[in-house]
Amino acid sequence: MIKIENVTKSFENTDVLKGISIDIEDHEIFGIIGQSGAGKSTLLRCINGLESYDSGFITVDGKEVNLRDKKALRQLQKRMGMIFQGFNLLERLDVYQNVALPMKFWGMKTNTPEAKEKILRLIKLVGLEEKVHAKPRELSGGQKQRVAIARALVLDPEFLLCDEATSALDPEITKGILALLQKINKEMGITIIVVTHQMEVVKQICKKVAFLSNGKVLSVGQPEKLFVWPKEREIRDFLREESDKLPETGLNIKLFFYGEGNQRPIVTMMSRELNRDFNICWAKLEDFREDVYGSLVLNIDPDDLDSVCGFLDKHDVTWEVIKK
Amino acid sequence: MTDIILKAFNQTLYMVFWSTLFSVILGFIPAIILTLTAPDGLKPNKIVYEILSFIVNVFRSFPFIILLVILIPFTRMVVGKSIGTTASIVPLTISAIPFIARVFEGALRETNPGVIEAARSFGASNFQILMRVYVKESIPRMLNGIILLIISLIGYSAMAGTVGGGGIGDIAIRYGYQQYKTDYLIVCSIILIAFVQAIQMLGNFMYKKMS
Repeated sequence: MIKIENVTKSFENTDVLKGISIDIEDHEIFGIIGQSGAGKSTLLRCINGLESYDSGFITVDGKEVNLRDKKALRQLQKRMGMIFQGFNLLERLDVYQNVALPMKFWGMKTNTPEAKEKILRLIKLVGLEEKVHAKPRELSGGQKQRVAIARALVLDPEFLLCDEATSALDPEITKGILALLQKINKEMGITIIVVTHQMEVVKQICKKVAFLSNGKVLSVGQPEKLFVWPKEREIRDFLREESDKLPETGLNIKLFFYGEGNQRPIVTMMSRELNRDFNICWAKLEDFREDVYGSLVLNIDPDDLDSVCGFLDKHDVTWEVIKK
Repeated sequence: MTDIILKAFNQTLYMVFWSTLFSVILGFIPAIILTLTAPDGLKPNKIVYEILSFIVNVFRSFPFIILLVILIPFTRMVVGKSIGTTASIVPLTISAIPFIARVFEGALRETNPGVIEAARSFGASNFQILMRVYVKESIPRMLNGIILLIISLIGYSAMAGTVGGGGIGDIAIRYGYQQYKTDYLIVCSIILIAFVQAIQMLGNFMYKKMS
């Protein structure tokens, strides 16, 4: 388990991390999301010691990440594979040699039958068995990231850190990479920490997510709880929720559906029971891993507010009035 | 004429080969130090970088013909004499070291910083990063630098003829210019052009092969 406690860091005169505390459990896929400049990548780099932090603690299974203790840090880095936005493969090495590289840093033989078997198994796992001897420049972006994933797994890590790993890829390719990460998490039990600014990534694979803004954690929890009904202004701005073109007259009221609530025809039920017509002026359905979550905005007559709210409360529908 | 030119060509080859070899070996060391201590290097050190950088610049700004003269006592110390083909290797090498140091520094520092960070994230030591990432990734670029060096050393070796170094350039001046033998001038020029072309083509071929 990774424990981040009150971590701060500043570059020159700017505070990048302002007291971050997060717990990351074993075997989960944890997302760190936020605008660029929120400090997410810096935080990730602090976890595996690529970057130092000024105060607070980061511990991995109780052992502190300490840049002064080079030997211990190296051992820790061995337990954490990392992949990057820019893939960062060596241009002059082929796929096999790139995957084998971390083993060389650890003085392991890469030409024994066991090593060969392991490297080829990882290349197969990421689906590149046809490209074993291709050079990076012959590969597409998605394939390069797959090589980077195999490379990150070659030292048998317990953690996989992903720094904007899909930000340079198009949506279809991103899906493939996310499915691969999910498979790695499930089959190998590797804890995955994903830093991203893409909602899609969090929605598709993260079990838990921390929203970072301005070097602080605004909110931590399940993505569906955080993003379907965000209370924080910053998170809403980030999601760019709601149309700017909601009706000026009447009251706009937002309804949220998750879990069971999805199955009921609430709006038509309400319309019939109250004998009113409602204007649906905005709606959205979102997939979070297996579940679908939805929200919609109704425009109602202010006089109907009490009866509408009464109905919604009776049927356990979460709602809020959108302030103008 | 064939004999004279053949002998001169051999001398040129001899001077260029040895001065290239020595300067590449000796220039590699400051290039590595410059790369390590550069602001974006593995061990940034402003003082070391600036001092070494200054020394390299000083040596690079010396006109070769003056370096040739200044280095006479040093050359005598190293090879025992200050005149002759072997003796001219010393000033050629000394002038080439700062050149190749800069070219290699440029080649090494062009390495993708992301790749270096990836290596660090896997627990690579600085020495491993230097050899397995910086140097390995930069080999084609360094090769280009060596080709550049060989071609400019061919030019400088012509000047080395003035201290009795011999070589194609020397023949072109002594026979072609001072004795008005135009045929010598033309043949020497053609040989030099063909030689430079061949080196460049070989370089391009190897660059493609290696990258």
